[in-house]
Amino acid sequence: MKPAPFDYVRAESVDEAVAVLAEHGDEARVLAGGQSLMPMLNMRLVRPEILVDISGLPELAHIEAEGDAVTIGASITQGELADWPELETALPAVAAALPHVGHFQTRNRGTVCGSICHADPSSELPLCLALLGGEVELHSARGVRTVPADEFQQGVLTTAKEPDELVARTRLPKAQDGERFAFLEFQHRHGDFAVVAVAARRAGDSVSLAVGGVADRPEVCHWSALPGDAVDDALNDLAWALGGGDDIHATARHRRQLVRHLGKQAIDATAAVGAGA
Amino acid sequence: MKTLDRNGRHPVRLTLNGMPEEGFAEPRMLLTDFLRHEIGATGTHVACEHGVCGACTVRIDSKAVRACLTLAVQADGAVIETIEGLSEADGSFGPLQRAFHENFALQCGFCTPGFLMSLSDYLERNPDPTVEEIKIALSGNICRCTGYHEIINASLDAARALRERRQQD
Amino acid sequence: MPDFAIPEDVRPEDGHVGRRVPRIEDRSLLRGEGGFVDDVPVKKGTLHAAFVRSPHAHAEITAIDASAALAMPGVFAVVTGADMATETDPMIVGFENPIDYYGLAVDKVRYVGEPVVAVAATDRYRAEDAADLIKVTYSVLPAVVDPVAACAPDAPKLHPRSDSNCVSKRHFVHGEPDTAFAEAECTTELTIRYPRNSITPMETYAAVVEANSETGGFDVLSNFQGPFSVHTVMALALRLRTAALRHRSPKNSGGSFGSKLVIFPYIVVLCVLARKARRPVKWIEDRLEHLSASSVAPNRVTRVEAAYTKDGTVTGLRLTHWDDHGAYLRAPMPAPIYRMHGVSTNGYFIRHLEVTNHIVMTNKCPTGAVRGFGGPQLYFAVERMMQRVAVLTGQDPLDVIRKNLISAEQFPYKAVAGSLLDSGDYRRTVEEAVGQGDLAALKTRRDAARAEGRLYGIGYAACVEPSQSNMGYISTVKTGLERERAGPKDGAVASVTVAVDALGSVNVIGDSVPQGQGHQTALAQIVADRLGLTPDDVVVSLDTDTAKDGWSIAAGNYSCRFAPASASAAHQAATRVREKMARIAAANLNVPVAEVDFTDGKIHAANNPDNAIPFYRIGGLAHWSPSSLPDDVEPGIRETAMWNAPELTPTNAKDEINTSLAYGFGFDFCGVEVDPATGVVTVDSYVSAHDCGTILNPGLAEGQIRGSWASAYGATFLEEFCYEDDGTFRSGTFAEYLVPTAAELPEIRLVHPTPHPSPYTRLGAKGIAEGNQYTTPVCVANAVADALGIEDIQLPLKPAKVLEWIATEEPPPSAAVVPDGEAGEPGRPTIDGSGEMQVPAPPEQVWAMLLDPERMARIVPGCERLEAAGESGFTGTVVLGAGPVRGRFEARIDLTDLEAPRRARLVGAADGPLGSSRGEGAFELVEQDGGTLVRYRYSVELSGKVAAVGGRMVRGAARHLIDRFLRGLIREAGGEDGPAPSGGLSGRIRRLVGGKA
Repeated sequence: MKPAPFDYVRAESVDEAVAVLAEHGDEARVLAGGQSLMPMLNMRLVRPEILVDISGLPELAHIEAEGDAVTIGASITQGELADWPELETALPAVAAALPHVGHFQTRNRGTVCGSICHADPSSELPLCLALLGGEVELHSARGVRTVPADEFQQGVLTTAKEPDELVARTRLPKAQDGERFAFLEFQHRHGDFAVVAVAARRAGDSVSLAVGGVADRPEVCHWSALPGDAVDDALNDLAWALGGGDDIHATARHRRQLVRHLGKQAIDATAAVGAGA
Repeated sequence: MKTLDRNGRHPVRLTLNGMPEEGFAEPRMLLTDFLRHEIGATGTHVACEHGVCGACTVRIDSKAVRACLTLAVQADGAVIETIEGLSEADGSFGPLQRAFHENFALQCGFCTPGFLMSLSDYLERNPDPTVEEIKIALSGNICRCTGYHEIINASLDAARALRERRQQD
Repeated sequence: MPDFAIPEDVRPEDGHVGRRVPRIEDRSLLRGEGGFVDDVPVKKGTLHAAFVRSPHAHAEITAIDASAALAMPGVFAVVTGADMATETDPMIVGFENPIDYYGLAVDKVRYVGEPVVAVAATDRYRAEDAADLIKVTYSVLPAVVDPVAACAPDAPKLHPRSDSNCVSKRHFVHGEPDTAFAEAECTTELTIRYPRNSITPMETYAAVVEANSETGGFDVLSNFQGPFSVHTVMALALRLRTAALRHRSPKNSGGSFGSKLVIFPYIVVLCVLARKARRPVKWIEDRLEHLSASSVAPNRVTRVEAAYTKDGTVTGLRLTHWDDHGAYLRAPMPAPIYRMHGVSTNGYFIRHLEVTNHIVMTNKCPTGAVRGFGGPQLYFAVERMMQRVAVLTGQDPLDVIRKNLISAEQFPYKAVAGSLLDSGDYRRTVEEAVGQGDLAALKTRRDAARAEGRLYGIGYAACVEPSQSNMGYISTVKTGLERERAGPKDGAVASVTVAVDALGSVNVIGDSVPQGQGHQTALAQIVADRLGLTPDDVVVSLDTDTAKDGWSIAAGNYSCRFAPASASAAHQAATRVREKMARIAAANLNVPVAEVDFTDGKIHAANNPDNAIPFYRIGGLAHWSPSSLPDDVEPGIRETAMWNAPELTPTNAKDEINTSLAYGFGFDFCGVEVDPATGVVTVDSYVSAHDCGTILNPGLAEGQIRGSWASAYGATFLEEFCYEDDGTFRSGTFAEYLVPTAAELPEIRLVHPTPHPSPYTRLGAKGIAEGNQYTTPVCVANAVADALGIEDIQLPLKPAKVLEWIATEEPPPSAAVVPDGEAGEPGRPTIDGSGEMQVPAPPEQVWAMLLDPERMARIVPGCERLEAAGESGFTGTVVLGAGPVRGRFEARIDLTDLEAPRRARLVGAADGPLGSSRGEGAFELVEQDGGTLVRYRYSVELSGKVAAVGGRMVRGAARHLIDRFLRGLIREAGGEDGPAPSGGLSGRIRRLVGGKA
């Protein structure tokens, strides 16, 4: 279980990194924290010609809360974000989700943007990105573009990122006054990928629920109003609509049940007095 | 920007448990293999190479990380701590080692380096953890011999010893 | 502060045995100075091995092309199954059987992960590069994975020399079971299915092999655990004198739990590889190799029938086992089922027993030893039946257990199948557990929970815990006639050597091959006590060397051998040293030998401690002054005990066999709650009591119990090697094969019952390492059965499965939702789907596109090359995957059942380093609005690496590829590259909430 050979570049700037990507395109892979990429390299599931190491790149090592959003650079680790003093108030859903992302040792190295870029349908951070309707900033030698969450995340391990692009930052909308959040997940062991994860947001009457682990990417359902007596039926329909299949960890039926159960708990939690931000 | 050619063996210089070390690595060489077979520091063990079991946990620049998910060339210039650095200056057991010894918290000892290095980081962040917090903190380390009970008790003992030491300092 | 459950208990004659002496082993292990195989320096120039492994469950090997690998710089040798069949003999098993097993696949592969080619290169990285370049061509065969189905006459057959996949069937009658059943007041039956699991040690297999030109054989360093009877198997396969196969084991082994027994076929292959490469070869198994292809406990189907009275006294038992050993038998398989034969009736007074053993081959990883060694499977059947009898007779299950247990006055008790249960008071152990573990409080908790409508149950399980296997038990697989021909097999010899040097230092060596159990510490305690020293005065070295050490066929570490056998051998060897030194000392002290005692480093007159001579002085005399020794005393002090117990006799003509020497007893009870909302079973309380006789070191013993609890919890709740019906393997990583961590494992409450030392072991010690493997799975299963009121409990208790057992109706969706067609149909192929879409071209044009290689090359995602093959087929190269996970596949697609331009069937195959895929599909073209409505369906099987490590995501990834194909079709027909044709999920969700996004 050793990686196939590759060349290695430690980029000293975003420009350098995107120049390598422009040259090598699909044959290059960006290495940030490596907590998703390295296992795939070790198993030879991924065989890049060249690795572009952007870990610790000072340009991307920032968390900025400006205006209505928090911008997180691509070399910010999950651990650094968890330690960010404003996290709880600015991004309560992320604060609740982060302890479920792997283990503290993997969060010490794994990056926020790396997890989003990896697009595992069961991952917590892509789920938060979807719920919050955040966006992803893509850099390439051709320029910079910003892609909203719904367009960025396309399917299993699949995003809108072109081969010559680098995810430089992600921007997540800050919690607004009166918004309440909840995050829950079902996993067989602490730190495993979620069997089902849900994140809920309530703003006034409107409720949003993002569900991970069921469809090929996190999916979000928005209700402009969801009275308490309508929650069960709404979640049941959502559970059936999301589909989901059997694997060795759970069955489709179990996943539907978890969508109903966790969804209800999460939505109820956002309605509870004092819940969330 | 320097490209390290896949076929070359490139110098990697790092500080290992306070001592400068140097070796050579192809870009694809894992830090685990570099430590064990290039430098000869075999205290760090390899058990899954996909980041789940935690046996290879070392501290890089003070943070506990999976050495199997790190390339040796990435560790160039880093400060690395491993189980070999946990003893006191006179060679006697340090607080973590002593606590594991007194609690029978290891059997085959293969996973132990990872538990010790995880705790060595964790107990600095959280010097007075609850049992539940320790269980969560150790959930990224697999042991197949013990029932974890012993390791949890050792962790509590080590935390206490480390707190007392800090108070004395 | 340390928190221990088992108290220290030092007998008057001992000073250290019974104490919680801290482990000597820790001194190196906690400093990172252990000596595991991979830590041992190797010669410069040592090569590293990697294996090419089968992606298929069952296939013929049609060609192997290693030329590209051999041409690679740094690659020294390649060995195939054909080489093995030429240069070695098949590895023998304990009975005549139709399986030729060489360690590498010959002609056929029979499970996913089976080694097919071994390659040696300058380092592991390059060896894996080379393995990637070796091209193996297969012709896929149907597979069988269920042991009962595998016995059907029309099942795919694994081994050409056998008529059936059932390679051994034996029927045993002990007592008069037919009469017992005929005359019984009640009878019932139950079928259990025990899953496949292992305990996956943290250190994987590891070996360094070098040819030895002096002996013509090999020098091997590996973490093989014994039994050393298997050393013979290796030597015979390699056509060597046994002495020419020198095997060494290093001082440390990173756990085994049985699995490192079956490293031996790899050693044989590596020997051939080293000979061919003319260099030493090292192999460190990686985790993917370990999970897919090392060793597992046999899964088992058992039909258990009981005859019993209305008051719950069981009078007869029938057990029909289908024991699933996977693709090959490797010595000493099928041992687990026979190791437990003598205790088929557990600790119960049941005098009529019928047992039928089917040893079955299936397309799965071959089996080996796993902690518990046949016990979990057996006791799951027996103890589930005891719970059923209680339910059927309307009694408390604990009362049924109590009623049927053997009475204290019956010991030593010869069980009907032959085990001689040495000592115990099972009922007393139960009462001590019930009292100290506070069963009354647990019942109150249950009643309170049930009063609130919660699903709460209590389970019980008892087990006899065998230790030190009789090396003859495996012969029970043979008929009496075959046994007679082969000669008697029995006993279980253990070897320990104790030596005292000229300065009185004590060295101990032994054959116990520890993997973390603390043998060094325990042996130091035993020997120190015999010689009046402290454990620190004793140096124990347990690395082994077959060329120099005392050992016999039973050497090794398995089936709780240490406490009864190695401890006895150490006691015996140390006693001989003591006797010799006492004789030398007696002459110096001027006292009779019988009055010499050993205390605190002195040898002295028992009744006058001042009349003493230092221990080291006697060592000095023995070495420096042979002339001063009494006439009949040899110089030097070195005693080797080859200890055996006379109670371990061979299988008799009635197929009765005393399978083990010392039998402990365990009793557990637990309370569990089932969450009807999630299917999660939570252990609310778990109490465990084990009587293992004399405890040598309570720290070590408690570690064994707690460790067994952890792995048994894994087997009960999490761990399973999953295979699809077609043999596809699903549990290839530690993210698929789930092992409990500190966060999952509940607390266990240990009760320390009154010990009943074994009369047959020198210290009275019995094994303690396996008890919870036996009790925990079935104790929890009984509790779940109690909570849910159901009969069929299958482990592991995955919440999805438990949810199905809770009889609740799932609410259907409202009319607004059309459920995803893929949702929740169990037993489907890996990946399938169907749909329809509009293509802006008439059917004739679409038809032509689908048959045109040039246009298909543009439609098929990742197509690098596509050529027509045959009348209506293609071959080509495609790069397939999801996101960064991609691999190059050689693909072939054939269109059949053509009805131009309306419909056709597709059959395809793709093979590459990431795995192998076989699929079929069909499409129908219907003219609609000037274009074509394409209706399609597909089903795809994927096996090999990606299926083993990425099962969570392959379905979604495949769906994405099919979408890309369909989009390509629309684009090629001149249409817009719109949204994914079948990816209307967001739309479905939007429709749910009235069109709002």
